Amino acid sequence: MDDVKMEIINLNLYYGNHHALKAVTMNIRAGAVTALIGPSGCGKSTFLKTLNRMNDLTQGVKITGQVRLEGEEIYAPGVDVTLLRKRVGMVFQQPNPFPMSIYDNIAYGPRVHGEKRRARLDEIVESSLRRAAIWDETRNRLKKSALGLSGGQQQRLCIARALAVKPEVLLMDEPTSALDPVSTLRIEELLLQLKKSYTIVIVTHNMQQAVRVSDDTAFFLAGEVVEWGVTGRLFSGPRDRRTRDYITGRYG
Amino acid sequence: MSRKMKDAVAYTAIYFAASYSVLLLVGILVYVFSKGFPVLSLPFFTTVSSVVKGTVGIAGNIINTVYIVTLTLVAAVPAGVGAAIWLNEYAPPGRWVKLIEFATETLAGIPSIVFGLFGMVFFGTTLGFGYSILTGALTLSLMILPLITRNTQAALRAVPDSYRNGALGMGATRWHMIRTVLLPSAMPGIATGILLAVGRIVGESAALLFTAGSGYLLPESGSDFFHKVMESGGTLTIQMYLSMARAEYDVAFGIAAVLLSMVLAFNFLLKVLIRGRFIKE
Repeated sequence: MDDVKMEIINLNLYYGNHHALKAVTMNIRAGAVTALIGPSGCGKSTFLKTLNRMNDLTQGVKITGQVRLEGEEIYAPGVDVTLLRKRVGMVFQQPNPFPMSIYDNIAYGPRVHGEKRRARLDEIVESSLRRAAIWDETRNRLKKSALGLSGGQQQRLCIARALAVKPEVLLMDEPTSALDPVSTLRIEELLLQLKKSYTIVIVTHNMQQAVRVSDDTAFFLAGEVVEWGVTGRLFSGPRDRRTRDYITGRYG
Repeated sequence: MSRKMKDAVAYTAIYFAASYSVLLLVGILVYVFSKGFPVLSLPFFTTVSSVVKGTVGIAGNIINTVYIVTLTLVAAVPAGVGAAIWLNEYAPPGRWVKLIEFATETLAGIPSIVFGLFGMVFFGTTLGFGYSILTGALTLSLMILPLITRNTQAALRAVPDSYRNGALGMGATRWHMIRTVLLPSAMPGIATGILLAVGRIVGESAALLFTAGSGYLLPESGSDFFHKVMESGGTLTIQMYLSMARAEYDVAFGIAAVLLSMVLAFNFLLKVLIRGRFIKE
């Protein structure tokens, strides 16, 4: 078996009285793309956010169980959330570049983590934009507002911004749902490049996308992981009836 | 009356109702400027009124106005913006926040003369600042605090959550996020609130009459900032009130023309700011 990057054991999450995640247990393999699929409101985005503790910010959330990053419990007392989010970065559903220049967007994360040297920041900006395959489109307009980019470019910029702090894991919450098919294709190609260096977890509504980009897939339904495993196997021979119904389009 | 007629009558009535505000503004501007501009002259802006020297001027009042505007903003902006940040970004929603918001709304509705009474007694007598620019500015800072807080809150609320998530998701602390992403994005809105506050300060008379008083002399040569601040000092509006009371209508119209020009300039600036908020690509 390949390396396990993150290990989730019996994870439960409550929004007040609502039991949103129920005894989730699964692994995230290192250097692989794990897709989270399931109908709207099944808890897949909520689950994604537990992996870098973005749920900490929501009022009334209670979490039990364990989430381990390379064996270390991330909900243990004394864990530095800033460092955790440096190691586990996030890309959101709507491209959300800050209203500042392209350069400052990319340099934002490194600056948060204390990098002040101009030459070093220049390097990081270039390498991050290259990795996110958007360097050629932005190299001559680094000082221009990031809001002037198209939606697809903005999303690749956001990926570059996340990469700039050198994360180990990249969480992506339906990163292409707001984009046109061509931009979506470019992001998917980018994902296949990125998985050589990063562990990626992607929430997607689109089962074809899961098949195209992921190595592992987990199927969520009503807060539970019904089934998870290697993508090819899960789609060709689902073990659970509910999984089969979902991937054959019976509901969702 | 035929239906067509009724429609025409209604249209005419509505048309006049709509034009009324424009006509009113133009009327007042024309009237005040035509009476006021002849009074304006270089000495009017550069001297203070003196029976002995035979001069009529508002230089002292202009300086007092600048002092009061500056001091009031220094006292009110950090508190107002800070309160808005706390309410919007830190405070858990609940009864406490509702209570504070209710208090701010109510504070905004209190007649300014009541602030004047409180300021005179509290800052003037209890704290012993007397009739002074400081007393006036502190009084006004209470009055404009709600204006600044509410405008800042509105500006912060208008910043999309995706900016907050983006920054926090990168490991930024809440304060770092506020400083680097939130406040810059909210700046046009915050500036709008400050500009509105400046308008209120410049236009205020009731709350200043018994706090900052009506001194109109220029700072003595060699006197320092703190000395000036502890002296009585009437703003332009106060001087206008006094001139009217003494039936010096030409001076009053002169000041009115100056004040109206300032209001026009502020409103123009506001428009530019608000437009800037939407056209930043």
